[in-house]
Amino acid sequence: MNFDFTETQTMVRDTLQRFLKDRYDFESRQKISRSEKGWSPEIWKAFAEELGILGASFSEDQGGLGGGQIENMIVMEEVGRSLVVEPYLSTVVIGGGFAREYDRTDIVEGIIGGEMRIAFAWAEPKGRFDPDHVEVTAKEKDGGFVLNGHKAVVRDAPSATHLVVTARTGGGTTDAEGVSLFLIPADSAGVQRRDYPLVDGGIASEVYFENAEVSHDALLGEAGKASATVRKVMDEAVVGLCAEAVGLMQQMNELTQSYTKERKQFGVPISKFQVLQHRMVDMFMEAEQALSMTYMAVNKLPDTASVAMAKAKIGKGITFVGQNAVQLHGGNGISDEYAIGHYFKRGTILEGQFGTTDHYLRRYERLTLG
Amino acid sequence: MKMDLSFTPEEEAFREEVRSFIADNYPAKLKEVGGREDLGKDDMLAWHQILGKKGWSVPSWPKEYGGTGWNPTQKYIWNEESARAETIPPLPFGVSMVGPVIYTFGTPEQKERFLPGIVAGTTWWCQGYSEPGAGSDLASLKTKAERVTEDGKDYYIVNGQKTWTTLAQHADWGFFLVRTDPNAAKPQEGISFLLIDMKTPGITVRPIITLGGEHEVNEVWLDNVKVPAENRIYEENKGWTCAKFLLAHERSGIAGVARSKVGIDRIKKIASTELDEDQPLIENPFFKRKVAELEVDLAALEFTELRTLAGEAAGKGPGPESSLLKVKGTEIQQRIQELVLEAVGHYGAPYFRGYGEGGNEYAIGPDYAQRAAPTYFNGRKTSIYGGSNEIQRGIIAKMVLGL
Repeated sequence: MNFDFTETQTMVRDTLQRFLKDRYDFESRQKISRSEKGWSPEIWKAFAEELGILGASFSEDQGGLGGGQIENMIVMEEVGRSLVVEPYLSTVVIGGGFAREYDRTDIVEGIIGGEMRIAFAWAEPKGRFDPDHVEVTAKEKDGGFVLNGHKAVVRDAPSATHLVVTARTGGGTTDAEGVSLFLIPADSAGVQRRDYPLVDGGIASEVYFENAEVSHDALLGEAGKASATVRKVMDEAVVGLCAEAVGLMQQMNELTQSYTKERKQFGVPISKFQVLQHRMVDMFMEAEQALSMTYMAVNKLPDTASVAMAKAKIGKGITFVGQNAVQLHGGNGISDEYAIGHYFKRGTILEGQFGTTDHYLRRYERLTLG
Repeated sequence: MKMDLSFTPEEEAFREEVRSFIADNYPAKLKEVGGREDLGKDDMLAWHQILGKKGWSVPSWPKEYGGTGWNPTQKYIWNEESARAETIPPLPFGVSMVGPVIYTFGTPEQKERFLPGIVAGTTWWCQGYSEPGAGSDLASLKTKAERVTEDGKDYYIVNGQKTWTTLAQHADWGFFLVRTDPNAAKPQEGISFLLIDMKTPGITVRPIITLGGEHEVNEVWLDNVKVPAENRIYEENKGWTCAKFLLAHERSGIAGVARSKVGIDRIKKIASTELDEDQPLIENPFFKRKVAELEVDLAALEFTELRTLAGEAAGKGPGPESSLLKVKGTEIQQRIQELVLEAVGHYGAPYFRGYGEGGNEYAIGPDYAQRAAPTYFNGRKTSIYGGSNEIQRGIIAKMVLGL
């Protein structure tokens, strides 16, 4: 049994940590998140060129550093720790995941070079967390397809050069059969976006397809057969979120511990009160278990039940850590100026991404308990 | 003991009267807004002023100062009907906080001067209690008031900083805890309770933006602020008595049972519209269980509050037991906010900037989703303010259990 990282993996983590410490402190992050764009092209360029981390999770055949999901996990943990808003999950974990599945070296190259950024348009207003609930249609026409419909809260769409879209080429609204996957340029004719900021500092869009004509090349894989691949890549994304949650939780714990050691009331640092000590111990134990579950899930990929377990455990844990981190900061916890509230907000939204704690608990039940 | 928890025909008639009064008089404009966040000062006071004319703005006060003389059941009915109609209630700073302090500890002149403005809803009050270094440990406050005499008149010169001052940006007057005797044997013994006109030179109000993006709280800086000594309530250095009295009062209103009932109804409504696996979300057994648990806990809180109210009617003032109402009440409010956010799904994430000036041009997703996240974020304050829930548990341990 071995939980150690390889030399390359350690290097990826250390370089990224050093970079984020220098160039992505809380104030810089706030400035980027609140800028007109809501993300930083310079930072993304640095990820690609200075750090080379965008290739860390791809095989050498594909032009990467020879890594995989462990490298994604390592990066996502730092994304959490520094509240990074740039689209690593959307582009590398999800976009790269589809590129790997469909063996599209051209996409991988675009991602590694930093010039291709991807947003995954799967959710729909009435579909909640079911990726097979697809009302967006793709009808064959003149050898290509015509897309119509509405995708909800497409994270990172405003910064994306390309969209990966689930659309129905056959079957009923919630059938797995008939779900197809398309990769299209974000500025394709007939694609309308409403861009907006998110409460966690990220960006997203409502995406409307109005007779958007796409070529046959836009289809990823076989028409109507994308459901299983979508679920597989989504599981990889959920593991990425779990790793992000670990970074968030560890950082919230660190901030809370140092705050309570400095904050004095009744003549002593409030960290001396046993009731608060035990609370912080419980928070620490949640973060430790989150790390364990993330390691488990990443090692067991593509086992979907393990991913469901991890998301359920971590969703509950990050809610507990976030709420108590704010509580222990007192009024400062809800002040926009303090970092802690922004970690709490990101953790809150993360808990519901791709499905809430209850959703994944129920999924685990169904997969294993019948 | 004979228990009777049912309503009499008179009480049912009273409910009808209250319900139709609200229906006929609640300003239409206020019905369209989601919450206080979207309102300017005048709008925020509008309903208070209507109630003031009707004589219903301060139901809990003694009749001689403008109270309604309602019994606990009538007050309960009033709260329920106000919540059901989703009225924006009068601000608590005058009605539930400084008002009771003034009629309990003030001089006849002070009562005459300050109470009518609270009843009528024409004076906006804010609370100057917390300081950067004095939160849970309120008695350690440092804002200093030195007594001086000028032209035969006594004044206090006040210097220091207050924080978390809710809606101070609109306030006409503030009630402040200040240190008048730095050498007192115990920190509680050197504190006085001052009423300060917020237009006095030397007062600076600076906004603190909170997690939902709201400007609700402020820092208040006091730089050589000259306050007539006649604005002191109760004796010099005895302000802690007023402060403790006020905190107990604040806690008893904080349970928010009627509003939480409406909150749970709202969850049910949203969860009947939102779909999960093509079924209404409310049919999801996990979700339904959480709603049921909330209802059970709210019933427990409601009947605990009713017992407290009945005790008050029998002459027992709100004691340390009211800490229980604060802890459980705020926990339930926060769980409701959390469940609303869960119910709205993906559309909880878009950042909604409000309908007012600087707001979004359009809302993203269903109307009921717009405020789900900011309300949840902002609601974390309830287990922190008014004495954090940790402090409340400490009070119960010490004052109720004698540990």
